[in-house]
Amino acid sequence: MKHVFRGRTTEWLLTTPSLLWLAIFFALPAGLILMAAFRPADLHGGLGDGWSLAAVHALADPSYPALWFRTLWLSLVATLICLALALPAGYHLARLPRRRQGVILLLIVLPFLTNFLIRVFAWKTLLHPDGPLTRLLQNCGILSEDTLLLYNSGAVLAVLVYVHLPFALLPVYAAAERFDFCLLDAARDLGAGAWKRFWSVFLPGVGAGAGAGALLVLTGCLGQYVVPQLVGGTDNEMIGNRIVQRAFSDRNLPEAAALSGVLLIALLLVLMAQARKRRHSAREAGL
Amino acid sequence: MKRSRLPATLTALVLLFLNAPLAVLVLNSFNASRFGGTWEGFTWQWYERLWQADEVWDAFLLSLRLATATTLAATVLGTLAAWSLHRFNGRLQHVHRALIVLPLALPELLMGMALLSLFTALHIPTGPLTIWAAHVTFCISYVAMVVLGRLRDFDTHLLDAARDLGAGPWQVAYRVLLPLLLPGILAGALLAFTLSMDDFVITFFVSGPGSTTLPLRIASMMKTSRSLPVINALSTLLLCATFLAAALSLRLGRRCTPPS
Repeated sequence: MKHVFRGRTTEWLLTTPSLLWLAIFFALPAGLILMAAFRPADLHGGLGDGWSLAAVHALADPSYPALWFRTLWLSLVATLICLALALPAGYHLARLPRRRQGVILLLIVLPFLTNFLIRVFAWKTLLHPDGPLTRLLQNCGILSEDTLLLYNSGAVLAVLVYVHLPFALLPVYAAAERFDFCLLDAARDLGAGAWKRFWSVFLPGVGAGAGAGALLVLTGCLGQYVVPQLVGGTDNEMIGNRIVQRAFSDRNLPEAAALSGVLLIALLLVLMAQARKRRHSAREAGL
Repeated sequence: MKRSRLPATLTALVLLFLNAPLAVLVLNSFNASRFGGTWEGFTWQWYERLWQADEVWDAFLLSLRLATATTLAATVLGTLAAWSLHRFNGRLQHVHRALIVLPLALPELLMGMALLSLFTALHIPTGPLTIWAAHVTFCISYVAMVVLGRLRDFDTHLLDAARDLGAGPWQVAYRVLLPLLLPGILAGALLAFTLSMDDFVITFFVSGPGSTTLPLRIASMMKTSRSLPVINALSTLLLCATFLAAALSLRLGRRCTPPS
């Protein structure tokens, strides 16, 4: 019997629109980042004619290593905090009755769908020197008069976790929902303690979801610039801030492209490694 | 048997952490105090000031138009993409899938830089049209993922059955496939609309003079302390809209699961 919509022509007809669009507006531009890094800057913030290594040489700027290191450090710590919160919460959520799950999911998705700038702004108000949290902590005597909650790495970290937490929470929850909780009972009957059950039974069970979530948080944090710009001080800048500064304030698109190119290549390598690992484990599971 | 209270406590704390800042924002939109450190009485004045802020409404209307145009294009492209990814499984779909998934995995900053490089290299002036193209690009992936999720539970035998009963390929697509997929497509469209209304980072890179969307307007309002309480009022209204959209999308999700 001939199946519906299975022909080669149909495949091309259905695939071409999105494939073409993404090739023109995603794949080609990503390649153009790498090309722009080898062009000279022109006075209007665009790209000059001919080729130049100036932007690539500028990557050796002595201020960059500390910036890269801070970006990586903040992103890794934010990812670990997100996982540490998402794993127990996902576990708890998946064991709740269906109806309760729906309500709680709404409470997770709603802040997630709220305008990103507004979420950062909410934190700025919360941590403001005249804001509610500062007042509360000062009245309790925890915070001294001249301590600022804003404009430090703690504030940047808190807001990074805040805006990215749902990226970890939702995949972990989705994986935990498919997890067979009888396995935990079996492990207990066999004498495993609570921590052992969590580490050796639950964690491998939701590992794929946790890994996907962690990767989303990590890549999201690595490319952040709004959060450090709004709640961080000058000592808390991340690489994204420098990219935006080069592209818009300094009007030097090639240098911005060179920095973006490094970030892009690093992230593509991480993503490729993860895809390979997943294919490998899928093949092993198939055997 | 005693179960650990730790996960339940942590979940409660996570929900508090996620929602408390927004609750403070809503409360402060009715607070006469400018920075909201203390409660200084109930007021509508921030909403009145918002009502008079023409530049906010202009930005809102531009965002609305862009989001509508984005949703139309991204829903068509994303649905077609999801269907071909679901139905075929060759080398072409391998490439196709990578192009769909990568925009979701890479930070928005890089997508913004990429599109800025494209428009600069081709000497295309940035404005509403470039913003629209950028929004469609990242929305395709989200729509495709939502529709693909629905397709996983979809019984393709229904199509073959319709075929055996004498329906032509277009009739199958129009009378069987589309109605069954509609809740998924609408959920994807709603997501695309929300994302387009909300996007700041990518829009910032590809916007030009005279194309200030609502998030861009909010960003410039955040720089002047005079308009900070007005942002609270605006945020509260946007939160209400988001809540309605989320509730609607939840309903759409419920309707497509068969009663068991």
